[in-house]
Amino acid sequence: MRDLSYDAVIARKNEIMKRAVGIDYEKYMIGELVFDYEKMMQEVGYSLEKVREIQQETGVGNTTLVELKQINRLIKKIAPKGKGARIFIKDEATNPSGSYKDRRASVSVYHAQKHGYKGVIAATSGNYGAAVASQAAKRGLKCIIAQECYDSRWIGQPEILEKARSCEAYGAEVVQLTVGPELFYYTLVLLEETGFFNASLYTPYAIAGVETLGYEIAIQTKEMTGKYPDAVVITHAGGGILTGTARGLKKAGAVDTQIIGASVNLKGLHMASDNDFNKKYFTTGHTGFGIPFATFPDRSDVPKNAARALRYMDRYLLVSQGEVFYVTEMLAQLEGMQRGPAGNTSLAAAFALALEMDDDKVIVVNETEYTGAGKLPSAQLTFARKMGMEIKRGDPIKEDLPGKRIVIPEHPSQIGYIEFNMEDIRKSYVKEVMKRYKKTKFTKDEVSFMAEDTNTTEDKIKEYIKELGGELIEA
Amino acid sequence: MIAKKGDWVQIQKTLLKPEERTAPLPEDTKKVPLQMRVKGFLINETAQIGDEVEIETLIGRRVSGKLVSINPKYDHDFGEPVPELITIGIELRKILEGDSDA
Ligand SMILES: Cc1ncc(COP(=O)(O)O)c(C=O)c1O
Repeated sequence: MRDLSYDAVIARKNEIMKRAVGIDYEKYMIGELVFDYEKMMQEVGYSLEKVREIQQETGVGNTTLVELKQINRLIKKIAPKGKGARIFIKDEATNPSGSYKDRRASVSVYHAQKHGYKGVIAATSGNYGAAVASQAAKRGLKCIIAQECYDSRWIGQPEILEKARSCEAYGAEVVQLTVGPELFYYTLVLLEETGFFNASLYTPYAIAGVETLGYEIAIQTKEMTGKYPDAVVITHAGGGILTGTARGLKKAGAVDTQIIGASVNLKGLHMASDNDFNKKYFTTGHTGFGIPFATFPDRSDVPKNAARALRYMDRYLLVSQGEVFYVTEMLAQLEGMQRGPAGNTSLAAAFALALEMDDDKVIVVNETEYTGAGKLPSAQLTFARKMGMEIKRGDPIKEDLPGKRIVIPEHPSQIGYIEFNMEDIRKSYVKEVMKRYKKTKFTKDEVSFMAEDTNTTEDKIKEYIKELGGELIEA
Repeated sequence: MIAKKGDWVQIQKTLLKPEERTAPLPEDTKKVPLQMRVKGFLINETAQIGDEVEIETLIGRRVSGKLVSINPKYDHDFGEPVPELITIGIELRKILEGDSDA
């Protein structure tokens, strides 16, 4: 009998993962902190051309880029003279399982099939589950999705329950757990028991799959507007969609496009807390994932995370739950597109940005997702009210209070954002490195790696190290 | 209600008791067990809610646990009409149709 206690399973983590993802990460590690990211992406991932081919096989990608003409008219109406950028949205909901996550799953499932695995497993409470299940169905593999779904009273978050339904519709087994980070522990148990492939969200396969999204956006925007986008706004949680989209844009030549991350502000709510679990009405694209994953990407299930948002993020904007619900209504009522929720987080930020940007600028929101039971604002707000939240019309920037109050704007001009200072995030990254690796002394190579990993200068990194009480080893 | 062999059911199992949860956790989560629910086809000849049973899942894996539901329903829905949302479309159209002084 295998020892299934928490500590025993975690102790077997490396051997289980090695068999289940088949990547030799050691090859890219230079030290415990420093590793060769680009080499890993090139050798392990697939080329953009190959990924496009793989996705063609299962009907993934090549989604429409839609100009939000009515919303853009509204923006021009309420923006100051000369302001009011145009917004376009990539209709990723038209992928087979209803979100960009099909891209992210496509390469892993292809790879698993090619290497003779009988099935795939993914730990996810999100759309990724449906995507893996759908791709597995198309390639004739078995699929298990493990989700964190219920609080200790068996009250399930409606959006996650909907995702479970979707996975089962594609023939997957869904393992539903109560709150806790031990979702990862139990995924290891399942991987060990079945010998299935780990379709992790964070391997180079997963990120290579998303690059086609950025690539298509660059090409389509140029076709429709005569230039690459001035900004792409991307809902940010674990950082995979931002990393993949940004890499794809660059591969297409859109090197000057600003990459803007956007998350729902859930400040004050603890992600692993049983009490807080059902006080959140967004299950992804929020600060509870966005900040930890940006500042320490290697908290993921693989030794080196291929999703490294700070390498690409130029700005990080926070919006409130109420603003996203409002914009979701706007998209349905003015554009005839009932979509959401996650993609609409970046749409809310894009709306606020468009009001400030010049009227010849082009903003692209890089995704929509399917919606319906459990996912709609009406489903989430009905649930929120049951959980005791106050819901009101008002000024979201002034009155929003995560875990207590949801404020729906009274007028579109009240849609705004809170700018997260990038310097603070980069400094937190350095702080996390010091904590996680128990390091206070840094070599020149480590400084240079951290500068690359956060898209800043070595001087800045040195400054943060000193401010945080660390030292530099001059070689 | 009695479930028969082959019925579609849901079972529940405790994976870690509170004292076995050795991962770093907030206090509230530490006090409760880590539990799991899975659905599948009943293997036992008959069973009642609360019985220890075995099932075969959609992909053919066998799992045992306590029977909690027979023919489990998806009970998430579209929610109720939300007064704070239902006028938004009308308001926005008014701004679009009206003068810019909306
Ligand atoms: C539709 C959708 N958009 C955006 C995200 C955020 O992506 P990431 O976790 O890679 O930041 C997710 C998943 O978490 C998602 O399902």
